Amino acid sequence: MTAPFQRSRRHLAVDTSLRVATGLATTLILAVLAIIVIDVIKNGWPKLTLGFLFEAPREGMTAGGIFPALIGTVALVLVMTIAVVPIGVATAIYLNEYAAPSSRITRAIRVAVNNLAGVPSIVFGLFGLGFFVQFVGPAIDKTLFGGERVYAQPALIWASLTMAVLTLPVVIVATEEALRAIPRDLREASLALGATKFQTIFRVVVPQAAPGILTGTILAISRGAGEVAPIMFTGVAYFLPKLPESFSSQFMHLGNHVYTLATQSPDVDATKPLLYATVTVLLALTFSLNLAAVVVRAKMRARIASAR
Amino acid sequence: MAPSLRFPPPVTRLSLKRHTASTGPWFSWTVSTNGGTISRSLQSSLPSSTSSASADRLGTANGRLNLVPPPRWHGVAEVMLKLMAFSAIAAVALIFIFIAKEALPLLWSHEVHKEVTIGKMWTAQLWPGYDEASHVWQPVSDIPKFGVWPLIIGSLKVTFVAMLAGVPVAVGAALYVSQFAGPRLREIVKPAIEMLAAIPSVVLGFFALIVMATVLQDWFDLESRLNAVVAGVALSFAVIPVVFTISEEAFRAVPRSYVEASTALGAARWQTVVRVVLPAASPGIAAGVALGLGRAVGETMIVLMASGNAALANLDLLDSVRTIPATIAAELAEVVFGGGHYTVLFFLGAMLFTITGVVNFSGDLIIQRMKRKLGVAA
Repeated sequence: MTAPFQRSRRHLAVDTSLRVATGLATTLILAVLAIIVIDVIKNGWPKLTLGFLFEAPREGMTAGGIFPALIGTVALVLVMTIAVVPIGVATAIYLNEYAAPSSRITRAIRVAVNNLAGVPSIVFGLFGLGFFVQFVGPAIDKTLFGGERVYAQPALIWASLTMAVLTLPVVIVATEEALRAIPRDLREASLALGATKFQTIFRVVVPQAAPGILTGTILAISRGAGEVAPIMFTGVAYFLPKLPESFSSQFMHLGNHVYTLATQSPDVDATKPLLYATVTVLLALTFSLNLAAVVVRAKMRARIASAR
Repeated sequence: MAPSLRFPPPVTRLSLKRHTASTGPWFSWTVSTNGGTISRSLQSSLPSSTSSASADRLGTANGRLNLVPPPRWHGVAEVMLKLMAFSAIAAVALIFIFIAKEALPLLWSHEVHKEVTIGKMWTAQLWPGYDEASHVWQPVSDIPKFGVWPLIIGSLKVTFVAMLAGVPVAVGAALYVSQFAGPRLREIVKPAIEMLAAIPSVVLGFFALIVMATVLQDWFDLESRLNAVVAGVALSFAVIPVVFTISEEAFRAVPRSYVEASTALGAARWQTVVRVVLPAASPGIAAGVALGLGRAVGETMIVLMASGNAALANLDLLDSVRTIPATIAAELAEVVFGGGHYTVLFFLGAMLFTITGVVNFSGDLIIQRMKRKLGVAA
């Protein structure tokens, strides 16, 4: 008979195997991440020079660099940020400061935000084509350009706005988290001083939530630099010798450039080093952005914890 | 007293400062009127700062502050803010309306019906050159064929592989991190998972296409280099972070008292984990799986690059497959706007939107119900 409170050998064995199995699963995930990163950097690093970053692709994209794709990506995320941040922050402020927490409107907005976050990226591409390119664009051309075709075609502005709709939930969720963490007494002190609700929100609450807004913006930019499906039909081009000049230009994009190099190249072996180097740049960009978001968020949480 | 001073005087400036001290946070504020300035601090244990001489005059009048009415643009800004808050609802509505608008001609347009009808998409057709009625997706040919079953089967095959590979790993890792690992390991694993989630899907697709496909073909001597297994495994890398994050949260939300009670009753660690923690967290795991499923069904770039894109209607996982999102991505750029093919692609998009909407909504419902049950603020 086993002594009381002494675990049988069978239990110990099951304990250990459960621990080992789940531990292996964890290791597997870390290994996948490590293998991808190491493979990309190992093959991409040798080709990664200043010339690569600041040259246009040459010779059917088997030589040269990625400069137009870099600039196109920057232009895309810039326009996207200008569009998405005010709207996302306003939504979060409304949800957290104005609306009653369990009112029907609040719930409807939250359902919409969650729904939006789950819409497949290719559906955003269809939406951008159907709404911006085919509906808003022609309307603008009719009223402003006398029917000349300027905006009724894939363009930087439409790709950016499509991407803004896609990243809207990212900004809303991050801002809301920051707003929720701001202590109540700060708002009450401001209101007690006679400040209006609007003054309280914009002079006291929003400045305190700035790190959260920044986190959301950074994460949105990281999404914008890597997503390809939403911009495929709304403005991106395989190859352009020129940089984008206006909102109605087409543009090159880092993520799309990876797709193009990987699948549409006539000479796979000649493109491969360039492909790896492009992936290295894209991965370095998204990782550093996400790392920055992690750091900003950690600092914000630490500050809130120390203040409590 | 200066005759120009009006009582109660209008407040011209308010300031509020928050300080951190070893004793905790405290606040100081200043109210300025054109009569003077009052400064105070909020924490009573600290000596409150002195009020200025002119503040006394203000205080003795009738003890009431007359506030300057806020500028009118504040009201306008508030209205605009409330309008902007509806952007998310507007976005979902617009997505639905404009995809439906492009897809609906499939129901009544005679122009479109010359090429395709809803009935023809879902039933087997006897195409010229075929021995028996069959489901064929061949939109660009002399006789365009829009049988959607090969695409649906393709999507199901890839999703099946992704979930089969991703869910056990993600749930297992979540179990390990929440139940067995120390806080140090969690500090490593959680950011690593965030990094995995941050990898753009086009990079995962690239990795599957260039590296994984070659390695798997060499190992297993496969006939087609790009197949449902390669695409599905690559897709599981995108599913794992979703399932892991939500499952880990669910495991950690299980009250400590459950674990303590189970341990006190003499249960072994594995008994506690398998019979107490796992059942208690199961709604959260289900929600994670649902959201992961939504991600897998809708993912485009990974399958577009790694699945081979041959629309075959069979159940062999080692054959090339063509999924619904990849079909839209690959074909929409080359279609005639408003034509039959274009309309069918938007119809597929509407289907995708509906399926992922239902899957994600049920996932969110489960999460909310669980949070309410466990008393965590939603």
